[in-house]
Amino acid sequence: MSEFLQHCGSWGVFATLAAYALGVLINRKTKLALFNPLLMGSIFMIVFLRCFAIPYADYSSSAAPVNWLLAPATVSLAIPLYEKWDLLEKNVGAILAAILAGVITSLGSVLVIAWVLNMQRANAVTLLPKSVTTAIGMDIAETLGGTAALAGAVIILTGIAGSLLAETVCKVCHITHPIAKGLALGTSAHAVGTSKALEMGEVEGAISGLAIAVAGVLTAVLAPVAANFLP
Amino acid sequence: MKFVFQFARIVAFCLLGEILAAVLPLPIPASVYGLLLMVAALKLGLLKLEQVRETGLFLTGIFPLLFVPAASGVMELGSQLAEVFIPVLIAIIPITALVMAVTGSVAQHFTARQEVEKS
Repeated sequence: MSEFLQHCGSWGVFATLAAYALGVLINRKTKLALFNPLLMGSIFMIVFLRCFAIPYADYSSSAAPVNWLLAPATVSLAIPLYEKWDLLEKNVGAILAAILAGVITSLGSVLVIAWVLNMQRANAVTLLPKSVTTAIGMDIAETLGGTAALAGAVIILTGIAGSLLAETVCKVCHITHPIAKGLALGTSAHAVGTSKALEMGEVEGAISGLAIAVAGVLTAVLAPVAANFLP
Repeated sequence: MKFVFQFARIVAFCLLGEILAAVLPLPIPASVYGLLLMVAALKLGLLKLEQVRETGLFLTGIFPLLFVPAASGVMELGSQLAEVFIPVLIAIIPITALVMAVTGSVAQHFTARQEVEKS
């Protein structure tokens, strides 16, 4: 069995699709935001692997094609962005100011909890890039002396939390403009938040995709500066 | 065949992105280079929207599904996560909400002001 799973190239992809589909079904039936398909799909996947004592490494190599598709999917965010180019040009100042404010808030709040909870430096720098896309964030964490794998997990959990919180935060803070919603999601919850933004509307999705890139680059520049202020 | 060509074009931009990421010393990942290059190609008219649109929108539509393998990797980090459980929890929930609120409010403020000026 385990030998078969190590060499079989399709089961990981199939199990991923099945776990996600189950998540979508539950989400549709219950209509509860908490039953987010990504969250549910990942939980089902973990339960499945645990139940059959399958090592994560076997699954991740078999599901590698799914993971690889993240690259062309990220590149394809260029399409909604291009389709909404006029909007982007008109609001360039607001967009940059909002993303910069978000990035500074993110780095600043991590510094505050690091001080208050007296965290170890390696753990604190791992949390610094939590709001940016995994590709940039894991790299930042590692460069600053943190743990890339832990950073990856924190980043994805942040994305899921961001998608779940989005509707409530936008309502409570009176964030109604599609551009503002897109920026809020993309800056706080990267690509996972962007998939939520795409559900909200085309403008939200396009601007959120842009925010991933801009917030990622700004964080890469500012995180080393923030790390200097750690205890 | 249409989809084969569309997919090939998108993957070509991924490849160009990876080449740029390898050559340039900036902290920008390959897929972001690919994204920027595709926007540039579309703006310059080197690439037409209909040459990538359907396949691209399919890919962005299945985005959350693509994160399942990476997200399941959390199972490997049980003890490490347990060690930093409280700070991680604070970072994930309240800080994310705060970042979202600040970014959204700043954007809302500026876009609203711009619309007032225009009218």
